[in-house]
Amino acid sequence: MFSYVLRRLGALIVILFGSSFLLYNLSAISTDPLADLRLSDAQNRDYLIQALTRELRLDLPPPLRYFIWLRGVLGVFVGNPNFGLTREQQPVVEAIVDAIPTTIRLVAVATIVAIVLGIALGITSALRQYSRFDYGMTFFAFLLFSLPIFWVAVLLKQYLAIDFNDFLVNAKISPPWIIGLSTVTGFFWATMISGSRKRVLTIFAGAFLANSIFLSFISATEWLSYPRLGPIAIAILGVGIAIGVTYLSVGLSDRNAVKSTLCMALIGTILYFPAQTLLDSSRPRVGILLLLIALLISGVAVSFLFSRIDRGPVIRTSIITSVLIWGLILIDQMMQAWRPFVESDDVNYRPVATIGQSTIWLSDVSFWVRVLDFAMHLVLPTLALTLISFAGYVRFSRGTLLDVLNQDYIRTARAKGLTERTVVMRHAFRNTMIPLTTIMVGDVAGIVGGAIITERVFAWQGMGTLFNKAINSFDLNLLMGVILFLSTLAILANLIADLLYSALDPRIRVGAGK
Amino acid sequence: MAKQQQSEQVIKDSGENAIFNKETEGLSQGQIVLRRFIRHRAAMISVVVLFTLIIVVYTALDWRIGDEEDPFIIPGWWRYGFEDMPELRYGADCVDGSVGCPTIDAIPFFDGDGVSLGEHPFGQDDIGRDYLALVMRGAQRSLLVMFIIGAIAATLGTVIGSIAGYFRGWVDAILMRLVDFIITVPVIIIGSVIGFHFGNKGAAFLALLLGLFSWTGLSRLVRGEFLTLREREFVDASRVAGASNRRIIFKHILPNAVGVIIVSVTLLMSGAILLETALSYLGFGVTSPDVSLGLLISNYQDAFTTRPWLFWYPGLFIIVIALCINFIGDGLRDAFDPRQRRRLSRKEKANARAMQSRSELA
Repeated sequence: MFSYVLRRLGALIVILFGSSFLLYNLSAISTDPLADLRLSDAQNRDYLIQALTRELRLDLPPPLRYFIWLRGVLGVFVGNPNFGLTREQQPVVEAIVDAIPTTIRLVAVATIVAIVLGIALGITSALRQYSRFDYGMTFFAFLLFSLPIFWVAVLLKQYLAIDFNDFLVNAKISPPWIIGLSTVTGFFWATMISGSRKRVLTIFAGAFLANSIFLSFISATEWLSYPRLGPIAIAILGVGIAIGVTYLSVGLSDRNAVKSTLCMALIGTILYFPAQTLLDSSRPRVGILLLLIALLISGVAVSFLFSRIDRGPVIRTSIITSVLIWGLILIDQMMQAWRPFVESDDVNYRPVATIGQSTIWLSDVSFWVRVLDFAMHLVLPTLALTLISFAGYVRFSRGTLLDVLNQDYIRTARAKGLTERTVVMRHAFRNTMIPLTTIMVGDVAGIVGGAIITERVFAWQGMGTLFNKAINSFDLNLLMGVILFLSTLAILANLIADLLYSALDPRIRVGAGK
Repeated sequence: MAKQQQSEQVIKDSGENAIFNKETEGLSQGQIVLRRFIRHRAAMISVVVLFTLIIVVYTALDWRIGDEEDPFIIPGWWRYGFEDMPELRYGADCVDGSVGCPTIDAIPFFDGDGVSLGEHPFGQDDIGRDYLALVMRGAQRSLLVMFIIGAIAATLGTVIGSIAGYFRGWVDAILMRLVDFIITVPVIIIGSVIGFHFGNKGAAFLALLLGLFSWTGLSRLVRGEFLTLREREFVDASRVAGASNRRIIFKHILPNAVGVIIVSVTLLMSGAILLETALSYLGFGVTSPDVSLGLLISNYQDAFTTRPWLFWYPGLFIIVIALCINFIGDGLRDAFDPRQRRRLSRKEKANARAMQSRSELA
């Protein structure tokens, strides 16, 4: 195993050498940093050309220049890397390190949302193969596949930022909108759950009614202008989470798990009150961490209390529940910061941002307002990136689950009388996770590529911006720095995918044989 | 009860098997695939739509063949060329006071004047060029880019993949390292580097270069297919019969791998059209005076609030083309997949059951 990883890392270096050589020469041959100088009519033109030639070593042929560059980069091994300077005389490493957090923030959130939503919808689609829901999802996924991301981004900017902000000024939902949205929701649930005609109609009516009551309530209480969860909503949502998580992970027939997760919902609601002072204190980060630790400890304690045998699954379920409840309390905290955020001069009642990665605050604002500001800037770019990559997950998880469901061991599992939930979640879904993980990890490079365009549309200052700048200003050092970083990321992601593959599937032994 | 259900299931399964077997009796592999494809409704609709679109788009504008001064002109069905500059409509001509508004009237009844195209159905751009002509020209270029990338990537990927998979050993090692070199860098980055320097040499040249870098994924797939196929008995048999390597590769193994290749090339082509638009958007793709759909969107994205048609029409063309190709790819994948079963209609299921019970009685 260890020697396998070493061998792969060795191959990584060879590949990086090859691809950087290829791209260095490709861009060096086809660029001419002197082009605009040649056309200029400055007095000291010849002198400037000479200076730049000396600085960039343009007198040497590109392959030789590559090796000069490589000598600096190889300094990594003796602890003294030199990636060169950008055209603005800033060290390349510095520029990249500045840009990475922005891109990671953008990519990470979008990837997580896309994976969770994509897999959930893909699985439902596979379980309802050849239903209306399945056809609908297939069409939707293909439509998303075919959309240029910047085109979607412009639409999102118009309808979800500009128009939605206008709407938020006076957040009343008009009856036609309530009816329209409820009809869509009703259709979604009715086709998703499906069944006999009578059942479909009941589900549609139920979802329609529930949604219209909910929307009317939100509109009447002006919840969108004054969002707040509060202890009651947290208690209700907590019970919902407890039941949902238990149902998906061990099934409701496991009374011990039901008891301990419900208990977690109760503890979460009680902890909500001390959490308020803790999170509003001068050190909110410590408060966030303390709350999480408290919830996790009580989660483990509660499951020990309620279960005697087979504790593992119960503990796991309670821990998932407590993390989700932790998220609820944090969301409530962010909602409490909504009014100060919206009313501040810098935001001025335009909460959904269209450009930039954060507001430049002129006045001093609290921690939670800043967090909320980051979140509101993330909404649109994340949505654009999610929409594009989510389609792939839907299609892929649907395909693999259908493959797995046709296997013999699934028939065996059904034949020995396991419930459908156990068959799908334990036997089938776990096996689809193996190919899915490799796709997920391998997708990282692709998403970073998508981020290059997204950053441009939403004017974020990340890797994409650096890349654009490098190409447009013939900045070979910066360009190679970005490319080297991205391709290392891609290769490492591949290595991790392979290792995960063997960790998830014991039949595959990496590095064995040969 | 459960037992009865189970036995019903068995009857149903074998009955359906009988139907499927009956359907494919005496047909070649190609005919079976073709039949399955024709049955895929979404794919067939996409084929029709795509072909209509291609014909409409390529016959819209005048074709100029021969020298610049005195060309031989095949007239297109649309009255303007993409370089013509008719008078810009504004003021009283446009209802909402915008400049170069579209004249298309697609609402048949309610407004009383029926469907008509008008002078400039898609509107006009800043300097008065007819936007329909521009979109047609853009679609021509985008389709051309798509087909060139597809053709080059398919050829290179197939040839390199089959050589690597067939000969294995050091040939394979070298070729696959080459693939690794290219595949590790995100396509959009390679595309930008190339596009920035060669975009001004025209769409076709750009597509040619992009094609040289987009064959890698396909070659890996083909190599994988070849690695398994070359161990099969029919390959041994032909080798014993004295066939040359070239003959075995092209006549024996390749036809068996054609499904994988076709499917992956269609998906590659839908990726190619999006790549071209993305590059043009970043400014590293097709540049003016050439026109492409991505370039049109990129030019007019800021006009969305005031003149949305400049943004909508090229976008719709991209989506329709990419969507059609994706559906065709999906239909082909289903058609080539031997495990794929279509869903039987209720009538056919009843027939299957009847057939089965009859055979059991007998």
